[in-house]
Amino acid sequence: MKVLVAVKRVIDYNVKIRVKPDHSDVDLTNVKMAMNPFCEIAVEEAVRLKEKGVASEVVAVTIGPKAAQEQLRTALALGADRAIHVETDDKVESLTAAKLLKRVVDDEQPGLTILGKQAIDTDNNQTGQMLAALAGMGQGTFASEVQVEGDEVQVTREIDGGLQTVALKLPAVITTDLRLNEPRYAKLPDIMKAKKKPIDVKSPEDMGVAVASSLSVLKVESPAERKGGTKVASVDELVDKLKNEAKVIA
Amino acid sequence: MSILVIAEHHNGQLADSIAHVVAAAQAIGGDIDILVAGENVAGVAEAAAKLAGVAKVRTADDGVYAHQLAEPMAELIAELAGDYSHVLAAASTHGKNVLPRVAALKDVAALSEVIGVESPDTFLRPIYAGNAIATVQSSDALKVLTVRTTAFDAVDATGSAEVEAVSATVENTLSRFVDEELASSDRPELGSARVVVSGGRGMGNGENFTLLDGIADKLGAAIGASRAAVDAGFVPNDMQVGQTGKIVAPELYIAVGISGAIQHLAGMKDAKVIVAINKDEEAPIFQVADYGLVGDLFDVLPELESKL
Ligand SMILES: Cc1cc2nc3c(=O)[nH]c(=O)nc-3n(C[C@H](O)[C@H](O)[C@H](O)COP(=O)(O)OP(=O)(O)OC[C@H]3O[C@@H](n4cnc5c(N)ncnc54)[C@H](O)[C@@H]3O)c2cc1C
Ligand SMILES: Cc1cc2nc3c(=O)[nH]c(=O)nc-3n(C[C@H](O)[C@H](O)[C@H](O)COP(=O)(O)OP(=O)(O)OC[C@H]3O[C@@H](n4cnc5c(N)ncnc54)[C@H](O)[C@@H]3O)c2cc1C
Repeated sequence: MKVLVAVKRVIDYNVKIRVKPDHSDVDLTNVKMAMNPFCEIAVEEAVRLKEKGVASEVVAVTIGPKAAQEQLRTALALGADRAIHVETDDKVESLTAAKLLKRVVDDEQPGLTILGKQAIDTDNNQTGQMLAALAGMGQGTFASEVQVEGDEVQVTREIDGGLQTVALKLPAVITTDLRLNEPRYAKLPDIMKAKKKPIDVKSPEDMGVAVASSLSVLKVESPAERKGGTKVASVDELVDKLKNEAKVIA
Repeated sequence: MSILVIAEHHNGQLADSIAHVVAAAQAIGGDIDILVAGENVAGVAEAAAKLAGVAKVRTADDGVYAHQLAEPMAELIAELAGDYSHVLAAASTHGKNVLPRVAALKDVAALSEVIGVESPDTFLRPIYAGNAIATVQSSDALKVLTVRTTAFDAVDATGSAEVEAVSATVENTLSRFVDEELASSDRPELGSARVVVSGGRGMGNGENFTLLDGIADKLGAAIGASRAAVDAGFVPNDMQVGQTGKIVAPELYIAVGISGAIQHLAGMKDAKVIVAINKDEEAPIFQVADYGLVGDLFDVLPELESKL
C-alpha cells in the first residue's frame, strides 16, 4: 500500500507574527519558515507504517512556492521515498489545496493519505476533510492512533469529550493530532541522501485546477492587547483583589 | 437569508454550544432552522425547539446518523443546504469534522472559528494562534461557517419552534463507529465554565492535579491543562487548552505551573481575568496575567484553597 503525505510550509511555531501597518496581511518578510508541526507528525506516521511493513512507499506532496521544496527535502530526509511539488506563488485556500491533492490521489492511488489536522498559520483545519469529500473517502480526523487491518483502518480520534474510534474502508484520509507520535529528527546522512531523492514538479495548470478564491481578506488587525503584568505579593492579596477589585469571586 | 444551524448532541442532550451558534445566526439575520440528526433524537429536538429565534427544527432520526459520523452527516447537510444561504456549526471537534466536508461537497469555501459577523458575507476570524484577526469576505452563494462559541452570548430558551422530520435518507458505506471513551466529570464543561483552573508541566505529575480539585470545587471551576501536561500523560487530551486544543474565555482563568507559550495563550487570553501562579518571575504568562503570584505552587495551592 502506498501512503501519501501532504506537508505545508508555514511560519515556524516559535515566531510571534506582526500585522503589517497597512493591515493588508501579516508581515512574513524574513520570518523563519518550517514544516507545519502537524505535517511532521503525518510524515512520521507514514514512515512508521513503512517500517512496520504496512506501507510499501511513502510519497510526500506540497503545494506552494519554490522555497517549499525545503519542506519536501525535510520529508525525504525523514524517510519519504519521493516527492511531488505543485508549484504556485498564489495563495491557495483549503478547497483549492484539496482539489489539487485530489488530482494527486487520482494519479498515485494511495491506500492512505495523511495530512496535518491544521496548519498553524491559517488555523483552518479543513483540507483533509475537504479532500476526503472530493475523493469520496472516509475521514479519520484528529488521529491519536492509526491501525491498518485488512481492508480497513481503525482510527482513534481526539474529540472534545475524550476519544472516539472509527473504522474506515480503505482508501481513506487521516489527519493527525498531537498525540499520534513524536516525530524523529533527521540524521545528517539521511539529509544528504534526501538530496538525491526525486521531486516531481507540476503546476496547478498542468493539473487542470484553477487557483481561484471565493474569499477575500479585507483586512488583518492585531487583537486587543491585554494589560497584564501586575504582580501580587501573597495569597491574601490575590484573594482580596479577586474579591474586591476584579469581583470575579464571592 | 435563511440559515441552517447543525445541532450537536451527546447522550440525548443538546450541547450548550448550540445556543451560542444560534446567537451568531441572529447576528447574520434571517430565518433560522436547526437540524438535529442522530438516533432517537426526539428529546434533543425538543430542547432545540426552545431556543429563542429558531423558526423550525428539522430532524433526521435514523441509525445511519448514530454518533453523528462525518460521512453521512455531511451528505445529509449537503442535500439540505440548497434551501439555505448559510450553514453554521460550533467550532468544536464535531463541527470542524463535518462542515469542511459539507463545504467541499458544495464546492464552496469554509470559514473556521468565526468570532464576529460584520455583514451576511463578511466575518472576523483569528489566524496565527490569535495573533491576528482577519476580516474575510465570501462571494460564495452558500456560506459554511464554524463559530467560536465563546464569542457569542447564548440565546435564551424561550422559543417554541415547530419540529418537522426531513425526508432525505443517506447511506454510509465508508465509515463505522467502533467505540468511544468519554471523560466523565461532575465539573462544568471546559468550554463554557465561568472559572477555569489549569495546570502545566510544573504540576510534576498526574497525582498533583488533585491539588487543583479543592480550588475548583470551591470556585465551581472546570480543570484544564497545557499541552506539556497532556503530552506527559498527567491528564487526558480533552483537557488541553490552546491553539490546537480547546478555546476558553471564562471570567476567571488561573494558570498554575504554565509558562505561557503562544500556543497556550491562544486558548485562554480572552478570559476576563487571568491569574498566574509560577515560580519563575520571568515566565511569559505574567505578561498577560492581571494578577501574577511568584511562588512554588506546592505552597501556594493549599494556602489558596484554605483562603477561598
Ligand atoms: C488572513 C487570511 C484568512 C484566510 N481565511 C481563510 C478561510 O477562512 N478559509 C479558507 O479556506 N482559506 C482562508 N485563507 C486562505 C489560506 O491562505 C490558506 O492557504 C488555506 O486556507 C490553506 O489551508 P490550510 O493550510 O490553512 O489548511 P488546513 O486545513 O489547516 O491544513 C491541514 C493540512 O492540510 C495539508 N495542506 C494544507 N495546505 C497544503 C499545501 N499548500 N500543501 C500541502 N499540504 C497542504 C497539510 O497536511 C496541513 O497540515 C486565508 C488566508 C489569509 C491570509
Ligand atoms: C503545533 C503546536 C501546537 C501546540 N498547541 C498547544 C496547545 O494547544 N496548548 C498548549 O498549552 N500548548 C501547545 N503547544 C505547546 C507549547 O508550545 C508549550 O510547549 C506548552 O504550552 C508548554 O506547557 P507548560 O507551560 O505546561 O510547560 P513549560 O513551558 O515547561 O512550563 C512549566 C512552567 O511551570 C513552572 N513551574 C515549574 N515548577 C513549578 C512549581 N513548583 N511552582 C510554580 N511553577 C512551577 C515553570 O517555571 C514553567 O514556567 C503547541 C506546540 C506546537 C508546536
